[in-house]
Amino acid sequence: MRIRLSVNGEKHEVDVEPRLLLVHLIREELRLTGTHIGCDTTHCGACTVLLDGRPVKSCTVFAVQAREREIMTVEGLEQNGKLHPLQDAFIAEHGLQCGYCTPGMLMTGYAFLGRNTAPDEDEIRHAISGNLCRCTGYVNIVKAIAAAAAALRQRGAA
Amino acid sequence: MIPAAFEYHSPSSLGEATALLARLGEEAKILSGGQSLIPLMKLRLAGPRHLVDINGIPDLAYVREADGFLKIGGLTRESDLEASELIRTRYPLLYDTTRVIADPLVRNLATVGGNLAHGDPANDHPAAMLALGAEVVAAGPRGERRIPLTSFFTGPFATALTPDEILVEIRVPVPAARSGGAYVKLERKVGDFATAAVAAQVTVGANGTCERVGIALTNVGLTPIKADRAEAALTGTRPDDAAIKRAAQLAADAAQPTADLRGPVEYKKDLVSVLTTRAVRRALDRAGGGR
Repeated sequence: MRIRLSVNGEKHEVDVEPRLLLVHLIREELRLTGTHIGCDTTHCGACTVLLDGRPVKSCTVFAVQAREREIMTVEGLEQNGKLHPLQDAFIAEHGLQCGYCTPGMLMTGYAFLGRNTAPDEDEIRHAISGNLCRCTGYVNIVKAIAAAAAALRQRGAA
Repeated sequence: MIPAAFEYHSPSSLGEATALLARLGEEAKILSGGQSLIPLMKLRLAGPRHLVDINGIPDLAYVREADGFLKIGGLTRESDLEASELIRTRYPLLYDTTRVIADPLVRNLATVGGNLAHGDPANDHPAAMLALGAEVVAAGPRGERRIPLTSFFTGPFATALTPDEILVEIRVPVPAARSGGAYVKLERKVGDFATAAVAAQVTVGANGTCERVGIALTNVGLTPIKADRAEAALTGTRPDDAAIKRAAQLAADAAQPTADLRGPVEYKKDLVSVLTTRAVRRALDRAGGGR
């Protein structure tokens, strides 16, 4: 099937088999390997991307379902050579250890901060509860998202 | 993991979809949120020859009160139910339920209709909807019919839907004044199926007795279980500790769990009793205006 979709603002037209999963289209056809495959069983959230702005597990969506829609991957966070404040916060707060879950955490965090600009810790933990960190580094991930929220609020106020 | 090959169909109207389903018969599966179906296809536990994607059909996602019912469109995403002000303020049992279904990422795609139509006794909406006395609307090539939830679940992963029918709407009778509900689930971790869970919905009369009681159980049998005898034990009585304890015991008696990784039979039955007590107490508290 020939489908058109937009990934990080760039238009693509690709031929896909209906059974091709979105994550394989992103990684293997479009060569955007920032999106990871973790469990491949809808548990871990490492493959999280935004589908029309909502974080979803791209191992559990067929590529054909993304036709005529907007995808955003972790590569889309950086703008004009500058990391997104959420990425800066993950560095500053040590929000990653091995880094495997990080692309998924960033995409979930990015979408969450778009809806909730002043979250408390419980809200952050609820929001990322579908993203697993096998290093169990949640404390710093939560701190990083809270710090990014503060940075984004400051930037909005400036 | 790669699913077996299939032919993909994307009808743009309900009529087109049911006609397709009627033609393809048992070889087709409906793709709604896909959050149960796609994992099964990846594990090759399901291998439909045809997928009929209903996501392109308009007007199947909504949450509104009309004609004495809360009406939920079959394609409504769980996350939209969770975000609905109407659900949060007026249907605490559904709000509790939607927040513990899988995880937030899955809920962005998973649909309320799919959660019921999949017929999985481990899913959470079936017990919640049974406790609320809900019915579903099924659309087929010959029109629509209404199916009470009490006759909807016919076996494990089996429902009263025929292969050419689509679950298009869930209807919950708008609860009377002084009603409250709660869903209490024990899960090992976020995203796991319930070890057990209990849904309770009560309406308390002006004299303090229970006028209507709904109690239903998740993942302790081959189908979702409506605990009729537990409901009857509370109905018409003043819900004191002794009455709640009796109902909790009857709910545990109604459970038919099997031993698995989540625990042995005795443990799960006892758990049903504990969760029933908690769910009924919380429902009563909310019926009295508590949160």
